[in-house]
Amino acid sequence: MNETSPTLQLRGVSKAFGSVQALQDVDFEVRDGEVMALVGDNGAGKSTLIKSIAGIHPFDSGEVLFDGKPVQIHGPKDAARLGIEVVYQDLALCDNLDVVQNMYLGREAHDVIFRLKETEMERRTAETLQTLAVTTIRSTRQTVATLSGGQRQSVAVARAVMWNSRVVILDEPTAALGVAQTRQVLDLVKRLGQQGLAVVLISHNLYDVFEVADRITVLRLGRVVGVFETAQTNQQEIVSAITAGKATKISGPGDAGVEA
Amino acid sequence: MSVAAPPEAQLAATGDVTVLGAARAYLEKVRAGDVGSLPVVFGMVIITIVFTAKVSVFFTAVNFNNLIVQMAPIALIAIGVVFVLLLGEIDLSIGFVSGLGGVAVAWFQDPGTGHHVPGGVAIALAIGLGALIGLFQGSFVALVGVPSFVVTLAGLLAWQGVIIKWIGSQATIGIQDKYVNDMANYFFTRTASWVIAAVISLGFALTTFAGLMARRRAQLPIGNPALSAIRVGFVTAVTFGVTAISNHDRGLSLAGLIVVAMLAFWTFVARRTTFGRHVYAVGGNAEAARRAGISVPFIRIAVFMISGAMAALGGVLFAARLGGVDLSVGGGSTLLDAIAAAVIGGTSLFGGRGRVVAALLGALVIRTIANGLGLIGSSSATEFVITGAILLAAVTLDTISRRRLERSGR
Ligand SMILES: Nc1ncnc2c1ncn2[C@@H]1O[C@H](COP(=O)(O)OP(=O)(O)O)[C@@H](O)[C@H]1O
Ligand SMILES: [Mg+2]
Repeated sequence: MNETSPTLQLRGVSKAFGSVQALQDVDFEVRDGEVMALVGDNGAGKSTLIKSIAGIHPFDSGEVLFDGKPVQIHGPKDAARLGIEVVYQDLALCDNLDVVQNMYLGREAHDVIFRLKETEMERRTAETLQTLAVTTIRSTRQTVATLSGGQRQSVAVARAVMWNSRVVILDEPTAALGVAQTRQVLDLVKRLGQQGLAVVLISHNLYDVFEVADRITVLRLGRVVGVFETAQTNQQEIVSAITAGKATKISGPGDAGVEA
Repeated sequence: MSVAAPPEAQLAATGDVTVLGAARAYLEKVRAGDVGSLPVVFGMVIITIVFTAKVSVFFTAVNFNNLIVQMAPIALIAIGVVFVLLLGEIDLSIGFVSGLGGVAVAWFQDPGTGHHVPGGVAIALAIGLGALIGLFQGSFVALVGVPSFVVTLAGLLAWQGVIIKWIGSQATIGIQDKYVNDMANYFFTRTASWVIAAVISLGFALTTFAGLMARRRAQLPIGNPALSAIRVGFVTAVTFGVTAISNHDRGLSLAGLIVVAMLAFWTFVARRTTFGRHVYAVGGNAEAARRAGISVPFIRIAVFMISGAMAALGGVLFAARLGGVDLSVGGGSTLLDAIAAAVIGGTSLFGGRGRVVAALLGALVIRTIANGLGLIGSSSATEFVITGAILLAAVTLDTISRRRLERSGR
């Protein structure tokens, strides 16, 4: 039994879009320094889950706890205040803006008359990219439209970690990338975990998942099938959980599956 | 580099610090979907040469000053259009909103009625009315989700009706108030004109210099300082050139100065404030802006208020130039001229790409063509066809640039 409470914990959350029950009675957790993978077939509800966590559309019912304390997330600002950052599948970058402007989107540094502190933002952007060892971007003043897929993904990830964030959620960060760029992003994900962040990784690619994740939560048709320790499971078991909804083993430091 | 960034930051993105590198950066910018103002400046030079060769009275100080006063209202209205287009929206009501601005200022200053207020107050009330109309229309767009095309088309019809009703019984309202009339008819003395030119040039030079120094202090790349020097040199040359020509006639016009002041103010808002940044963001990717915690409805409503207010201000200048308003106020080609000005000046119709100065460049092109053709003695038919062709060319350029962007998969 692990005594500390999870960084982020969901208890019995549900979400419906009209008649489509996207999430039903879902329990989920992630801890500091841990990479928690969230896997499931198309339409399993992965994107819906993280959008609700991010305050894009609230849960219909259920409880959200942060550091063990119940919290309310009504909008993106609430999530950001808690230190929850999301890198969306559809990247949510503004193509017409440059790297600095995207990194600070909605959180621009400004003075009392709302004048932008352009130099400060540019310097911190460069610093953040450097800490994350993102070296392929020539100028932080390039528009995002001129960047490659991997570079754009790096910008999106860097934006998420720049804000002293506690929980970083990545929705299919490697889906649109080639081999080398996937490598870059996976390394980046590992580094986030090593830096003590609670990381949630959504991915279709089980090779990726087994490489970087500490635990795996399997979602099927809006319900949690099980939570697996990566070290104590194999791809076959996960595949059968994803497709048939069979949970053969439930484990984890927080015993989240058992509590449920 | 993004047009939403201040110029000193844009120059820094060049990487290559040679002038050739800057040229390459410009091409990159075009590839990124931003045509910029180069085509329109180039077009302006050609138009000027053609008319100067054709009619002797075209390139004279008197006509030059007339042209600036004719251009001013369209440029002011087009500033609002630039903001609306940056959002990827449209405002079709601006013609008659400018008309309402004209009627309002005429009505409020009218000494014959009980509501005779000072000129300055009448002008403020007219602009306030325009902003209020923008608030009303923008709310339908932002809060209800009615397409701006339809909301402002309804506005186009309704405000025309209001104008007819408002001045219906009198058919015209004359403007006697000195301050209101001065908006289009005041010219500075020669000395004052030179002082104004010096202040504008110096202000631009200092702003540019301060921007570079701030970057140097922060140890950020400043690109090639020569490029900044060229910009400052260009603006100084144009300012003093315009003043020299104007001083051969009556001096600099207040109308022209109002346009410059509004351009400076709104450029500041667009490029150097959080509000401006959010306008570009919403226009570029509204969903991304929303997820970043930006209040998209607030931005939309505020932009429609800017559009309404600037249309009303343009209407005040229109009314002042004509010495009053009649039933046709705000009609004719006002709406299309203003939208065409913003687009010809280089503002993208697809949102998120454009500069405030486009309003001036486009208005100059349109009014210069109208002015020159008028002097040649061509019919307005020719003017319509040529303006239409230029508009089509501008939009085609914008679309091609945009399509390249999509084909490269971004
Ligand atoms: N905004 C929405 N409106 C209606 N239905 C939605 C919406 N978002 C997701 N859904 C539905 O919810 C279910 C889960 O979708 P999603 O969370 O995107 O799945 P995943 O990301 O796991 O592929 C699907 O049936 C999907 O069609
Ligand atoms: Mg998804």
